[in-house]
Amino acid sequence: MAETQIKNMNLNFGPQHPAAHGVLRMVLEMDGEIIARADPHIGLLHRGTEKLIEHKTYVQAVPYFDRLDYVAPQNQEHAFVLAVEKLLGLEVPPRAQYIRVMYAEIGRILNHILNITSYAIDVGAMTPMLWAFEEREKLMEFCERVSGARMHMAYYRPGGVAADMPDGLADDIATWCDHYPQLIDDLETLLTENRIFKQRTVDIGIITPEQAMDRGFSGPNLRACGVAWDLRRAQPYDAYDKIDFDVPVGKHGDCYDRYLIRMVEMRESVKIIRQCLKDMPAGHIKSQDHKVSPPPRADMKGSMEAMIHHFKVFTEGFHVPAGETYTAVEAPKGEFGVYLVSDGSNKPYRCKIRAPGFAHLQAMDFLSKGHMLADVVANIGSLDVVFGEIDR
Amino acid sequence: MDLALNDLGGLLADTLSSEVISTDVSKGELAVTVRPETIVKVLTFLRDNVNCQFKVLADVCGVDHPEREERFEVVYNLLSMTHNSRIRIKVRVAEDAPVPSISGVFTSAVWWEREVWDLFGIYFSDHPDLRRIMTDYGFEGHPLRKDFPLTGYVELRYDDEQKRVVYEPVKLTQDFRTFDFTSPWEGAESLLPGDEKAAASGDAPAKGDG
Repeated sequence: MAETQIKNMNLNFGPQHPAAHGVLRMVLEMDGEIIARADPHIGLLHRGTEKLIEHKTYVQAVPYFDRLDYVAPQNQEHAFVLAVEKLLGLEVPPRAQYIRVMYAEIGRILNHILNITSYAIDVGAMTPMLWAFEEREKLMEFCERVSGARMHMAYYRPGGVAADMPDGLADDIATWCDHYPQLIDDLETLLTENRIFKQRTVDIGIITPEQAMDRGFSGPNLRACGVAWDLRRAQPYDAYDKIDFDVPVGKHGDCYDRYLIRMVEMRESVKIIRQCLKDMPAGHIKSQDHKVSPPPRADMKGSMEAMIHHFKVFTEGFHVPAGETYTAVEAPKGEFGVYLVSDGSNKPYRCKIRAPGFAHLQAMDFLSKGHMLADVVANIGSLDVVFGEIDR
Repeated sequence: MDLALNDLGGLLADTLSSEVISTDVSKGELAVTVRPETIVKVLTFLRDNVNCQFKVLADVCGVDHPEREERFEVVYNLLSMTHNSRIRIKVRVAEDAPVPSISGVFTSAVWWEREVWDLFGIYFSDHPDLRRIMTDYGFEGHPLRKDFPLTGYVELRYDDEQKRVVYEPVKLTQDFRTFDFTSPWEGAESLLPGDEKAAASGDAPAKGDG
């Protein structure tokens, strides 16, 4: 009997597949139901952010960072303002540092809620999203109360933050911190020991520490395979050096460990928020160098100087001394870096955005090879990709 | 911190004397410029040497300086978790010169280099898969070059008659406007309108007839 030759089949996954987490198009070469090759096609959400930033002043560039990883906008802003402050040599008042750290952690919880629950949907659990999104809504309310916008805050500014927290907000966040761990416990009862969830995730998409470093992994995905590396700890920025928190580390580097790491990180974030609320000093919330940060509205009513500063900051902006810096923060998804080149003018000469998801998605081929089609979905969910930041 | 970086810079300049062009420490960051043809050797050294251990390639990025003879800069940001330090390696290349691909040293470089090729048109030799990555299928040009206009050249729309997406030259209902807000007396290089006449004749600017 003649041997039948079976050709591999090409399968288009996305760009409109609900588990593609946005606009991922992946061309899968299938050998039966086994993945022989995965080729992610990205760029469907490319908006030319880096080019646009070259045509904007430094303050005008901040909102573009919200729109990169729109799940946790404030963390991206954080990286950019730190880079600008580094080039300017600007001191940030302690209160502003604490506020920024606190909102960065709120961003981390925002991100992990979305990731864990949508990941659970991908592998078949509906309830976590229904439960957790109520909390996500409350967090976005906190963002709204401080900046006026639920998601795209544009709240962090070079030299501090845009405005101080309104009265009563600190108390409300503290109350929220008291009851939120209960929800994490509830989520864990739904997922952590759930047999279906474990069957879909344990030992899927394993990566070793060496392979992860070679592939530029960072954040929870790197820690899940056992590398204790957290930029908040290793290269602390703002008030992180004064804050006590633990860095959870995984063992196996599979999808399940990546989920566990994010669960623990949420608890740590609540801990950090509590400390920020407790230790936050009174004082200014932005640099008093009015060449960089605008003067208070009240001053402008009486002072000519303040009026001029305000006008200058919002038309010309400020000039940043020539130089370059690579500044990275521990965003919820991993190392989010900004490579900023200044030529001494009021606009960035080049602003390269290093998105953690870009490196993670690149490993899709490596992680999925030899797995079944359904495991591709588990892998995408566990890597935590958002196309706003990957496509830029 | 700066001291350790200076030491590391010195070490590189000594061991790789024929490859390194210059080292520079500023704002607590070490930047080393090397010859493009030696980039694979330099990065392999940085990755494997006990005193370096830069095992993570954080980023590869291009920078365009049209006024320079060697127009492009390719910047490699590396991270060493063992020594908790970062280093920036830069190479300068002309528009038509290739850079050896480092995808054999760091696997993560495959996509970063594809991105640089797509956005700047810097060619990486020996790259396993040098396709466009960010821009559309069939896109022409390299958008992050400084001579590429912000509005681009083509726009696309769905044509209901042809039942497909069509590309057309970009039409702006209003001219693209850039406002020059740079202060004319603070740090600006340009002269005030009219001042060049004074410089030419050697006189102080005359007052208007009023």
